[in-house]
Amino acid sequence: MSALVAVLTLPLVAALGVFVVPARLRVPMALASAAMITGAALALCVTVARGGPVMLMAGGWAPPIGIALRADGLAAALIIMTALVMGAVTCAAWFEASPARAGPRMAFGFWPLMLLLWGALNAVYLSRDLFNLYVGLELISLAAVALAALSGTAQAFAAALRYMIFALAGSLLYLAGVVLAYAAHGTLDIGLLTARTPAQGDALALGLMTAGLLAKTALFPFHVWLPPAHASAPAPASALLSALVPKASFLILMRLWFEAMPDLATPAALLALAVPGAAAVLWGGVLALVQKRLKLIIAYSTVAQLGYMFLVFPLAGGGGAAQPWAAGAWTGAVFHALSHGLAKAAMFLAAGIYIAAVGSDRLGDLRGLARALPMTGFAFALAAITLMGLPPSGGFTAKYLLMTSAFAAGQWPWALLLAGGGLLAAGYFYRPMVALFARDARVPLLRSIPRAWQSVPLVLAVLSIMLGLLSATPFDLLQVGRPPPASEGL
Amino acid sequence: MTLTYYALTGAVLVGLGAYGLLAVPHLIRRIIAFNLMGSGLFLFFGAAGARGGVPDAIPQALIITGIVVALSASALAVGLVVALARRSGKAFLPDDYPADDEDRAP
Repeated sequence: MSALVAVLTLPLVAALGVFVVPARLRVPMALASAAMITGAALALCVTVARGGPVMLMAGGWAPPIGIALRADGLAAALIIMTALVMGAVTCAAWFEASPARAGPRMAFGFWPLMLLLWGALNAVYLSRDLFNLYVGLELISLAAVALAALSGTAQAFAAALRYMIFALAGSLLYLAGVVLAYAAHGTLDIGLLTARTPAQGDALALGLMTAGLLAKTALFPFHVWLPPAHASAPAPASALLSALVPKASFLILMRLWFEAMPDLATPAALLALAVPGAAAVLWGGVLALVQKRLKLIIAYSTVAQLGYMFLVFPLAGGGGAAQPWAAGAWTGAVFHALSHGLAKAAMFLAAGIYIAAVGSDRLGDLRGLARALPMTGFAFALAAITLMGLPPSGGFTAKYLLMTSAFAAGQWPWALLLAGGGLLAAGYFYRPMVALFARDARVPLLRSIPRAWQSVPLVLAVLSIMLGLLSATPFDLLQVGRPPPASEGL
Repeated sequence: MTLTYYALTGAVLVGLGAYGLLAVPHLIRRIIAFNLMGSGLFLFFGAAGARGGVPDAIPQALIITGIVVALSASALAVGLVVALARRSGKAFLPDDYPADDEDRAP
């Protein structure tokens, strides 16, 4: 209980704190609060794993008047993944965001925005109220847009504004759905909506909320804002934008389709969610193949990797989910979200090290860097293994679970897509790897990179591999309090 | 009956705002369109949330929260437009400049 309150309030208090303390205390305070929030996240995880879901009625008011917060296995897993990524990004930004190197905008603005984003993400993971989720989504968008604009170039401002227009349109669509749901049922609590009497406008309400969330998750064809915004942000900010921000809106989609209104999940609706996902895997992969800059390759790979998560809808949803393969697909999609978060953050932080070392992320300028910075090269390769879905990584476990469900469900085209997407990933990560591991003579680096900085992406990449090697513990955690449509069989 | 007028007005505002958000390239106008759409939604929410003609306190509390959220989003958006205009001299996104040069604001 107290851990649940701590993961919500500590980041917000710390965000205000780093804003007002003198400049020399800013980084120590951010590091200390990151350590405290990570501790609270671990404590919450242990409580959920041992004692089942944790509920909190804010202010002692029960829904429909009050707002319920609930930490189930899914929320706890995302909270701990967020804490790991945030912790690593904090360490990397400590090296990267010094006023002398990164400019005052980054050195001042990064810390409060990062902590604000952290608090908003945790709020979305825990909230059980559709309007509270809207407020959380808006907080995420505001912090994320500002993070995307941090580098302060005209390009970055244009990318951030394009992101903002998509995000604002998405939140208005979501809000319109929330209004219709309230008008029909007089409640916005997910638990009470599950037990509602179905009304006529439900399909429209769910459709509007879903459309808004798809724009925020950057699912194909709403992905156009993502690559420029993620690629023009400073590397630690890109890591947060790519690894964490899309997962929040995806989590709300899962809450809506599996917990609030599972009765509306007709096969046609579920297919309509998965087909853009499939298109994203292919289109994002093809565009990643032709990019010339490392950060754009990683950003288009995010477009592709987000597509896989949407396969959960036809594989695990619908029909009250009596199918025996539903649980496998549900767990597989969440595993994919977790391993993608860790690996993608590792990749962007590695890209940040390369940019600091040679001042560019064009593939031609990166040739032979693996010899000068071996730990970073190794981290990049490990993260690429996870994203390609090769064993023994977390990405492999995710794809294995999804593929098994696809065969069990008789929906083999999705299995083909999983295999094809893996091949595309191998293709688009082959080019940066060839450049990095080339046997060229190197020009000297612009600056030396401390080993401690180099180890940060390595730790994240190793964690994404460990998620596959030690998959039993996160697997058990995810089973705590998962929705009925995702608890059958396998 | 009055509630129906409020709801219909809200729906019209949402429609106008949606058109502006999609069709107008000037960024300040797009922000105004976003606010128009938001206000329409809130008006609709107030009318549709009064179930059975009795005013309901929850939608009103949610609307107030929503107005605060929309205000902070608009503030950030305007700040970004100003920063973009200072650097590039244009209040448009790079890909959608208007066809007629008269409409182009500095």
